Amino acid sequence: MNAIPSPASTTPPWRPRIVAFFCNWCTYTAADLAGVSRLKYASNVRVIRLMCSGRVDPQFIVEALVKGADGVLIGGCHPGDCHYVEGNYKMLRRFRMLQRLLQSMGIEPERVRLEWISAAEGEKVKRVVNDLTEAVRKLGPLDLPQKAADWDKELAELEEKIQAGEAAPAAA
Amino acid sequence: MAKPKVAFYWCASCGGCEETVVDLAEDLLGVVEQVDIVLWPVAMDFKYQAIQAMADQSITATLLNGAIRSSEQEEMAHLLRRKSRFLIAYGSCAVSGGIPGLANEFALEQILKFNYEQAPTLVNESRTRPQLKFGEDGREVSLPALHEVVRSLDQVVEVDYYVPGCPPTPKITKAALGALLEGKLPPKGSVLAPDVALCEECPRKQSRPVDLSFSQFKRTHQLLANPELCFLAQGVVCLGPATREGCGSQCPAGNMPCTGCFGPTSRVRDQGLKILSALCADIAAKEESEINRVLEGIPDPIGTFHRYGLAKSLLRRKVDLPAARDAKAGL
Repeated sequence: MNAIPSPASTTPPWRPRIVAFFCNWCTYTAADLAGVSRLKYASNVRVIRLMCSGRVDPQFIVEALVKGADGVLIGGCHPGDCHYVEGNYKMLRRFRMLQRLLQSMGIEPERVRLEWISAAEGEKVKRVVNDLTEAVRKLGPLDLPQKAADWDKELAELEEKIQAGEAAPAAA
Repeated sequence: MAKPKVAFYWCASCGGCEETVVDLAEDLLGVVEQVDIVLWPVAMDFKYQAIQAMADQSITATLLNGAIRSSEQEEMAHLLRRKSRFLIAYGSCAVSGGIPGLANEFALEQILKFNYEQAPTLVNESRTRPQLKFGEDGREVSLPALHEVVRSLDQVVEVDYYVPGCPPTPKITKAALGALLEGKLPPKGSVLAPDVALCEECPRKQSRPVDLSFSQFKRTHQLLANPELCFLAQGVVCLGPATREGCGSQCPAGNMPCTGCFGPTSRVRDQGLKILSALCADIAAKEESEINRVLEGIPDPIGTFHRYGLAKSLLRRKVDLPAARDAKAGL
């Protein structure tokens, strides 16, 4: 009978997981071009296609991090070239404020990046994805789901104590 | 037939929600006649043991206000949940963490250190801090432990209804109590305030700009606000577009912009991020340095956008803070 391997030996080592929001007209097309050109780049990015970078709701970015992403990349058309005229400016303005807020909330600013990548810039997609993956790898996992679970242990401990019949719960 | 039992309880709160119940004024007498108040620490002298002795679900409704920050508050939330048919999160603190929720920007140790050691007007050379237990002459007294994280009520127990506001108005309180006593309740989990943005009922609605374009953000002390024009049109940050109506637009009526206390509509997950998105997307500037300059007009994004809802926001808390302190830390 073969021994069942212990969980530790079957847990894969951590790899950065990055969620990318790419605009349909420029960045997604550039990513297509990178693919067709057979450019090799880091496979740590999950791409979500939107019609415009202006569609990127700050809730999407933060939710990606909260659900376990280690980084977020937003790609849009260069300023002045937005298919919908001003969408990318809206993204830029929101993004500058969001960066300040994320920093105040203890998230390293290098984890979330906004890049302008035009439809012809397949090479830039490769470069940016590789760069961001490396930057996130150096920062290590963000693992917000685990952090939230750790925060909520202080509740679980109280539950156990109530059930064990203790009168006054002590500190941590 | 026995009158339905009702309980009011307060956790990490300021007492403003209790004020609202009192502000029902003559209508309060009508409520008091119809119910049996079994717990109301601010106003009446009932003991916890009396609640513990009740049968489960024998309290028809508990209106619990305040955020959950201490072990006692957590215990009482669980106790009142067991003993109540309906548990209502009353006021912004219970609904979404409220102002106490802003403490989630700091480690508990930072807050205690400031209050017991560092505050400029403090005299406490021996650095005395409250302790969890103290014994003298064979008697021991204890204090509740503080949690590291401030929580809304539904992050601790299951909540049936939410009455938002800081504080809720007498009007929506009366409507909520009335619905409870008549048994005309909306689906479980509903927020008992209209599901429409404040702009709809705001008296300044007519001058709301169709095309928002901020050239700068002004805070209320930086201008003499026109009492009739939409605040957004005057460059003042107003959270009306991201906040439920139902309060009667009292703040705009008092020439102050909305700060978001009624919380978001059902279509939004994180009120602070949504209003950040709405306001910042429409500044006039296109050039990086100009954009940053205009955004400096909001010096405190967390306090501005997440004033009442940080504990319920997507991030909940500054993420690099510790989950626990060491056991010797005391309170």
